[in-house]
Order: sequence, then C-alpha cells, then structure tokens
Amino acid sequence: MKLQSQAMTGSESFQANRAAHLEMLGTVADAAALAAAGGGDKSRERHLSRGKMLPRDRVANLLDAGSPFLEVGATAAHGMYDDAAPAAGVIAGIGRVHGQEVMVIANDATVKGGTYYPMTVKKHLRAQEIAQECNLPCLYLVDSGGANLPNQDEVFPDRDHFGRIFYNQAQMSAKGIPQIAVVMGSCTAGGAYVPAMSDVTIIVKDQGTIFLAGPPLVKAATGEVVTAEDLGGGDVHTRLSGVADYLAEDDAHALALARRAVESLNRTRPDTVRWQAAEDPAYDPDEILGVVPGDLRTPYDIREVIARVVDGSRFDEFKPRFGETLVTGFAHLMGCPVGIIANNGVLFSEAAQKGAHFVELCSQRRIPLIFLQNITGFMVGRKYENEGIARHGAKMVTAVATTNVPKVTMLVGGSFGAGNYGMAGRAYQPRFLWTWPNSRISVMGGEQAAGVLATVKRDAIERGGGDWSAEEEAEFKRPTIEMFERQSHPLYASARLWDDGIVDPRKTREVLYLSLLAALNAPIEETRFGVFRM
Amino acid sequence: MFKKILIANRGEIACRVIDTARKLGVATVAVYSDADRSARHVAMADEAVHIGGPQPAESYLRGEAIIAAAKATGATGIHPGYGFLSENPDFVEAVEAAGLTFIGPSAKAIRAMGLKDAAKKLMEEAGVPVVPGYHGADQSDDLLANEADKIGYPVLIKAVAGGGGKGMRLVERAGDFADALASARSEAKTAFGNPDVLIEKFVTSPRHIEVQVFGDGTEAVHLYERDCSLQRRHQKVIEEAPAPGMTQEMRAAMGEAAVRAAEAIGYAGAGTVEFIVDGSDGLRPDGFWFMEMNTRLQVEHPVTEEVTGIDLVEWQLRVASGEPLPLGQSEIPLRGHAFEARLYAEDVPAGFLPATGRLAHLAFADGCRAETGVRTGDEISPFYDPMIAKIVTHGPTRDIALGKMRRALAETQVAGTVTNLGFLSALCAHDGFAAGKVDTGLIDRDLAMLTKTPAATAEDIALATLAGAGLMDAAEPVSGFTLWAPIRRTILLDHDGDVLSPAIELSGPDTARVTVGDTVVEAVRGPSGWRIGGALAPEVAITGDLVTVFSGAGLGFRVPDPLAILSADAAGGDVVEAPMPGLVKAVFVKPGDRVEAGQKMAIMEAMKMEHTLTAPRDGVVGEVLAAEGAQVEAHAALIALEPEEEAAA
Repeated sequence: MKLQSQAMTGSESFQANRAAHLEMLGTVADAAALAAAGGGDKSRERHLSRGKMLPRDRVANLLDAGSPFLEVGATAAHGMYDDAAPAAGVIAGIGRVHGQEVMVIANDATVKGGTYYPMTVKKHLRAQEIAQECNLPCLYLVDSGGANLPNQDEVFPDRDHFGRIFYNQAQMSAKGIPQIAVVMGSCTAGGAYVPAMSDVTIIVKDQGTIFLAGPPLVKAATGEVVTAEDLGGGDVHTRLSGVADYLAEDDAHALALARRAVESLNRTRPDTVRWQAAEDPAYDPDEILGVVPGDLRTPYDIREVIARVVDGSRFDEFKPRFGETLVTGFAHLMGCPVGIIANNGVLFSEAAQKGAHFVELCSQRRIPLIFLQNITGFMVGRKYENEGIARHGAKMVTAVATTNVPKVTMLVGGSFGAGNYGMAGRAYQPRFLWTWPNSRISVMGGEQAAGVLATVKRDAIERGGGDWSAEEEAEFKRPTIEMFERQSHPLYASARLWDDGIVDPRKTREVLYLSLLAALNAPIEETRFGVFRM
Repeated sequence: MFKKILIANRGEIACRVIDTARKLGVATVAVYSDADRSARHVAMADEAVHIGGPQPAESYLRGEAIIAAAKATGATGIHPGYGFLSENPDFVEAVEAAGLTFIGPSAKAIRAMGLKDAAKKLMEEAGVPVVPGYHGADQSDDLLANEADKIGYPVLIKAVAGGGGKGMRLVERAGDFADALASARSEAKTAFGNPDVLIEKFVTSPRHIEVQVFGDGTEAVHLYERDCSLQRRHQKVIEEAPAPGMTQEMRAAMGEAAVRAAEAIGYAGAGTVEFIVDGSDGLRPDGFWFMEMNTRLQVEHPVTEEVTGIDLVEWQLRVASGEPLPLGQSEIPLRGHAFEARLYAEDVPAGFLPATGRLAHLAFADGCRAETGVRTGDEISPFYDPMIAKIVTHGPTRDIALGKMRRALAETQVAGTVTNLGFLSALCAHDGFAAGKVDTGLIDRDLAMLTKTPAATAEDIALATLAGAGLMDAAEPVSGFTLWAPIRRTILLDHDGDVLSPAIELSGPDTARVTVGDTVVEAVRGPSGWRIGGALAPEVAITGDLVTVFSGAGLGFRVPDPLAILSADAAGGDVVEAPMPGLVKAVFVKPGDRVEAGQKMAIMEAMKMEHTLTAPRDGVVGEVLAAEGAQVEAHAALIALEPEEEAAA
C-alpha cells in the first residue's frame, strides 16, 4: 500500500520545521567538521612534512573509489577532554575494498600522537563490536603512541579497556573474520599487539615502528642505546623479526598492499534475505525536514517519515487498527525487505503486545528490523498499571532483546525511559543506533525529573512547617532542567558513544540501507525467545 | 560473371573487394598469413586459405601458393587489390597459365608502365606530355650528373622500378647530387631489386592530379581526376575529387591524355594516370605532364566512386569477366565533391613513425564511409602497412564535403595505438586547404602547426580520472556516500609518461569534484553520462589499464598499478648479504666497478649448495666486505653499493 502524505510542502509550518532542523543540523555539521580536522593545522602540517598521508586520506585511498563510507562515532569525544581529542583521535567506519565491506579503524596521529583516551578505546571497541556482529574484515591503520598516560586509570585496567582490543582481535580471527594491520607510524607498548595479533601485517619503510618499549624506555631499563628504526622499523620486522609481513615504500604503497590483501580473502556474502529491485520513495526524502516538527513535543504521524524512507513509499502495515500508537509493518528499503516498528505516541499495553507480535513475525521470517524511535515512555496511571502494562511492556522488551534478526535503530525524536528499551535502545544491542540532530535522550524529561525532585523537597519543607515560594521552586528546578537539557543533547550523547553517530535526517534511507548491508554480511541465526510473561 | 573469386590481398582492400563481390552474387576466397588468422577479411570471405608466415614474402607475395589456393577452392578469378602482387607481370602470367583470370591489366600493359623511363618514352610517342628528364639506360654517375645539369635544378631522382616514394630524392643543388644518387640507388635496390634511376625536372608549386581510367583492352574511358596534392614525403594523406580550380578545358585535356595513355598500351581494367601539374599560376591545359601510370586500383579510388556513383570494383569484375565497358565517356556522371583521409597508426610527434598496437576500441562517425580491414580488438602488426581506415565523405560542394570530413574525423574513436587523427583534423582545418590552395609542399611548409598536439585539458584529465576510478557506469545510489564531508580519493594516471595524481571527491552518486593540479573540475552525471561544465563529456573507452578519452584525436591514459613499485623495491637495496651462514667462494667485483641489476657479484657455498649473489640494482660497487675464503654468518654484509645519486633523477 502506498502511503499518502498529508504534508503541505508550501505551508508555513513546513518551512518553519525545515528552518529549525537546518539550524540543528548546522550545529552538528560544525561539530563534525571540527572532528574531521583532527589535531589542527600545525600538527597536520607536521604530519604531512614527514611524508605521511592524513588519516582521512589514508581511509579514502584504502577504499574503492566511490565507495560509501559509513562513519562510526564521527563526533566522539566532542566537548570532552577540553576538546583535545577530536573524533576521539581515531577514525572508524565501514567502506568497501574490492567490493567487500570492511571495518576500517585508523588512528589519527595528529591528535596527541594518536594516543588512546578513554573514548578512543571505547570507539575502537565499538568498531570492533560492529565488525564482529556483522562479520566484517578489520583493517587497522595504525599510527599511535599507545595509551594516553594521564588517563591510564580509565584506559588500561578494566574489561572494556585497552586490552580488550587484542582480545577482540583474537576472538574475531578465531571466527574467521580477517584482521589486517597497516603500520603507518608508531605502534608502541600495548599498541604493538595490534599488528602482532593481526593475520596479515604491512609496515611502511622508515616510518612504521613496532616495539614493546621505545628507545627512551629501553635506555632507562637496560642502558642500551638504539634507534627506533633498528629497534623495530619496517626493515627489521619484515626481514628479521617476522612481526610484519610486507614492507611498503610509503603510505600509498601500503594501502595498495592492504587492498590486495583484502582482494585475496575469498569471502562471500551469506544468503540471507530476498532482495528485489530498489525503487526511490514516491516522496522526496528531502521533505523529512519539513514534515517532522522542530519541537519534540509536537505530535506528528510517523508514516510521513516512513513514506520518505522506503521503496515506492509502499508500506504493508500490520495490525493498523490495534494499538495505534505503535506503527508496525513490512516494506523494502533499497530492495531489502524490512520490518518497521515506529512510535506514534506513548506506548499502551496493546501497542506493546502488537510490537512483540510483530518482532516474532519478523524473527520467524528472518526479516531485519528497523526501529524509528520517538518515545516518551509507557503510559502511566492506575488503570494501566492495574491492567499489567509492565507485563505487556516486558513482552515487547523480551522479544526485542532476544530476536536474532539484525536490528537498526534510528532515534528520530525523544528517547525517554522504558520506551527506549522496547524500541531497541543501546542496551538492546541493535547492530547500529543512529540519531537525528533533533533527538533527545534521558531517563525522563528534564521538567519531569525536576518536578519529581521538587515534589520530594516541597513535601519535606512543608512537613517541617516551612514555606517554599514558587520562585524558590523554580530556582531549585532550574539546574536539573539545564542538566537534563545538556546531557540529553545528541552531541553530548554521541560524544560518549551512546550511539553510532548523528545523521542528517535526509540521509536516513542511505544510512539504514548501509547499516543493513553491513549487517547482512553475517548470517541470520535462528531466534530463541525468552519467557514471555503472558 | 565469375562464380567465385580469390582476393590475393588483406586489410581494407580485401574487405572492399569482398563487399562488391557479395553484392554481385560472387563467392569469395580470402588468403591469410599467420598474423591474419582472425583478420576481418578472413571473417568476411566465404572461404579462407592459409598461405604462410607473417612476413609478406612468406605469404601475400607467394604467387604460387595463391594460385594453388584458387585452384583448390575453385575460384576462377584472382583480384590482386593494390600493393603486393598487383603490379607483378610474372604473377599475371602465372595466373593466366594456370587457366585463371587475373582481374586487372595484362602482363604486357603492366610491363609497359612498370619501368618508368620506358613508360615515358612510350607516352611521348603517344602524344602525352611528359616532364623533361633523363630516362636512359646508361646509369654512370657522371652521365646522370650531366643530365641533371641539362634539365636544370631542382631535379628529382627516382627509382626506375619504383613507386610509393621509395628510391626517390629531391636534389636542390648540383653539389648534393652524388650523395642523393647513392642513397636513392641503395634504397631502390633494397626495395625493388633494381638500383637504376631516372632524373626529372622538379616542378615548383607542383600539384599531384591523377586521372582514373578504365579500359576494356582496346578502348578506354576516364572517370575524371583526383587531386592528391596533400602529401608527406610523397605519401598521400588526403585525396579529393574533383581537383580544386579544375576547368572544363583542363579536365578535357587531361582526360584525353589519360585515355590516350591507356589505349596506347591496350589497357584493360582500372588504372590511374598520374600527372604533375604546375599550380603556380592556376590550372592551364599546357601545365601538366605525365608522371606514371598505376596499373591497379588505387588506394584513393573511393573518392572517384563517390563523385561518379560508380562502383569501380564492380566494373573490374564485369570487364574481367568479358563484359564491355558499362558506360560510355559521355554517360559518366560527375556530381558533388568527395574527400578521403587516410587514418594510420603512426606516431606523429616522433616523425610519423609507424606504430603498432591492439585496437582496444574502434568506432567511426555515422554517415561517413569508412573503408577498414580492422575491428575493435584487432592488432596493428608490424608486418604490414599500419593503415587503420580510409574515411570518405561526399557532399554537394567541396565546402560541405570538407565539413563532413571534419566532423567524421572528430567522431572517429581509436584506442590502443597512437594515430595521425589529430594531424588529419588539423589538416582539414587548414585555411589554405579549405580554400583549395593545395600543392605537394603544403604539409611540409606547415608541418609544425599541423603536428602540434593539443595538451590534455583539466576536463579531459578529470574525465580520465572518473574512468580510471571505475565511475563511468551508472552509480549505485550510495556511491560516494558519507555522513558529513566527502572523502578524497587520489588516482594515478600516466599520460604520455607524465604521472598525474588527480583527486576525486564524490558528494553524491552523480556529483564529482575532481582536482587536477590547481584546477577543480565539477562533473555531474545525467542519464547520458557525465557532464563537465554543462557540456556532455567526450566518450571514453576503457580497456584493461588503458583509458582513452575521445577528445580531439583521442588522449590515452594508463592507470598504473600501485603495486608495480614492489618489483623496484625487490631490486633495490644497497647491500648484498649472505643468505645463510657459509663460505665465500668467489668475489667477482671490486670497489669502483659499475654493475647492472642481476649481474653476478659473488658465489657462496653453504649447506653443500652454491649460491650466486647478484647485484640488487644498477650501481657502482662501494666496498667489498668479505674476502674469498671467508666464513660468514647469515645476513653478513658482503658487498655494498654506492648510494644512488640523487642527481640521477
């Protein structure tokens, strides 16, 4: 069924929405540009003067010309560490090499020598997690001084810290997911294990070095005086130590060798879904900015978004007359069959049951799921609690948590409270989670949170016979409201990698398609659900 | 009419003959050499017979093999085409002795015209004007020099048995005569086995105008003239009919003279009587002289066909099979104007050197007549004439026909070899030529201007970049997708030895920004391909690592293999090391020796095996670090080369 849009593209509200979105988009685009610039002009110049390619150019020249590049964590660490680590000092994303999708993880040595801040570690691990879940070969373009020493307590000791990188390499290699390293600069201390743990390693002559301890530490420890090149340069490692396999003349040559290494992987895409010919949506995706209100609190019909994302704007809606605040249905996205679950208001018991039902359907048919999340939460109140909304909500959460079909979540509006769980929030491990610039995420709305705190306080004051003026209450609520506002902002969220990145709403279709395409490198396993509380 | 004929030739002329034979319902037999196994003429003919090796002497010049092929296949006539055996009277006799028909003149007629001096004498007797000259049998140096003085400089020395410019020398001054004579003789001897020469007056501002004749053995008609003045080193480049500035009176006079020449030798079939014409003061009936008669179908016969509407090969077959001349002199029409341009695989900047190569792509303009013996994928081999095609256009006026030629050349696409296409285009754009002011010196006078190769523009390079990056086909919708700023991919391109590294940024599947040096070129893809600056980009052919952009005469770009550097790396290095522990048995070099990559430098014995150590690169031995008889460890440095000089680059 082709969806019929009710939007009036010439209307004032359409134009106002568009203007609001463009402004929010501009803020994110500025942050993305800042992140892409890496460590600033001076360190870029220094990097270039050593005959090295800038990290983004390395990525571009590794990939096929014209390859899409689905970047992960593009604005990671934004606003953190006094803005000392743009993009967290590492570039990660999915691109194609000889037509094969690969995960590329490239250190940015222009950012503090490519050392690992806590967010750098988190981003690196997230990229590896995606690669592992999607069965994507990993290419590490290494140029890093290792752990960022002032932050060692948040980088080294814990489970999801530095050591996990090599654990993941070993695990992936064991699963037959190729690990390829290109050493284009330092690989010191723990970093030395990235190439050493790789299946195939390429090193750039007179530029790449791999050693457990650099010359200063060697001198301090044993008194031996040795140059970096003699200690662990490309010549040493390809001729004597065997730590690396191929010696490259320069960055360009190293990238060509890496491309050849991928070419010989002999991998095929598993047979998963039945693709059909792609078709553009009948409504222009560009109009998303106009049909979605700039203010989160204004309700709108999520089908206006679906109509601008799916092939031919065709949507086979499931159970349209039941639990109407949750829209479920089948569609194709650039030829890939998908099940869509989208919010159209607060979740009621019926909506939650319908959601669980639909997840079961897609799991049985092995159809990937797309969540368009815009949720203020489950309905509250005696009626709802008494009818067991928690039980119904739990069914949906169970279904979403245990299904084995690939899930991709797009946060198109609010993500508050338990609604986040039922709609495949980060904790429910969707293959990818992307956000729009207008989205907000927090345990509840700032107003509500401040209201809860104020109620508690007012009760205490009034119990003591005190008096609390409205002004005083407002003054009390302000910092909480401001904190929620700041912390729920997508840039704040993305900086901490609560998601995989903020996207231009107009590119939703492409982002979802590329996410599915990456995810479908792995076979879809049979699903076994948990106990549904009936 | 014949039932079946054999074509004793190859290339475009064999194809041309097969075309007409098929039209007349005549079956065809092709012959071919090893090099032509899958040639176009072989594919076109009804039957094909292999006659030997790739060298002409091993195949297309082997009369007996060709006659045997005709006998074996039941062909009753042999069409010789041009070149090879077409003007060999012994072959004609052998064909006839075998009871077959030679589609061409008699051996006697060929002989009569074959020796240039005898031919001239004959023509003088028949009342045909000839250029003053010496055509005597006495070939002594002094006598020839004397005759040259008598005729008056400048003079032309020509091989008696020659043709096609071989064994021909222009001598401006008496002082240069002896050297020119010696070299003409030696070339004539090599080319024709006969060193004898003749000497002629050299006409200044000469034009080469020839008359097409057709005889039945007794009577002859003419099919008007062709102007072949556009020549380079006596090789025709562009021919046309009629001749610019030709008058009725002049045409009648030349036509009559040509018919007289043909009838004087009882000529049968198609022939051409070449005249040298003094073009210094317009065309005058007393300003033309007989040069020679070509007793075959000429390369440039299509221009005559275009202006008369007559298929000359059809006439050849009809007359050879005993029919009378199809039309009388007064019935032969003359309409409009025609040009023929000869497209060659040749390296124009290198002095028009013949080139070879596989035609990765070959396409001609719609609406032009292209006579060709090759197709896409065929090889231009070193064994034969490197002609790719003759491009022929016709129009109601000279101006229109020339305009059509310019367009036809612009739309001709050749990839895989260098060609003279740019030169032909420049020639067609030449003001003097456009005005009809032609003479045989035109090309040499303006050679620099005509051979100037236009540099590839940033737009051409941008297009080659898109092609080299594999972005010519319709894109996937996510081609070039990025979340935020586009990424920038660098491509290597080798254009005539210059290595370029343009960069591409795609801001969408159909929008590209290519940076070429300091220039940024924006390209947008529509349903009919890339547009650059609003204009539809030229077509592009991609074959293997070769990208040809059909801009101007076609620009070739190679996409170098980025890994080719590896072999250079393997060959690099300054130090020769011991591959394993062992004994140095012999050292063959000493400091200061110049060595080449791969040259044997020392022998080591280890594990009962002898290991030869070779130079890793070209260079100079700097130091020998191990003496003969020394026991060395693995990786011990044995011989060091001097560091490579930076200045060498």
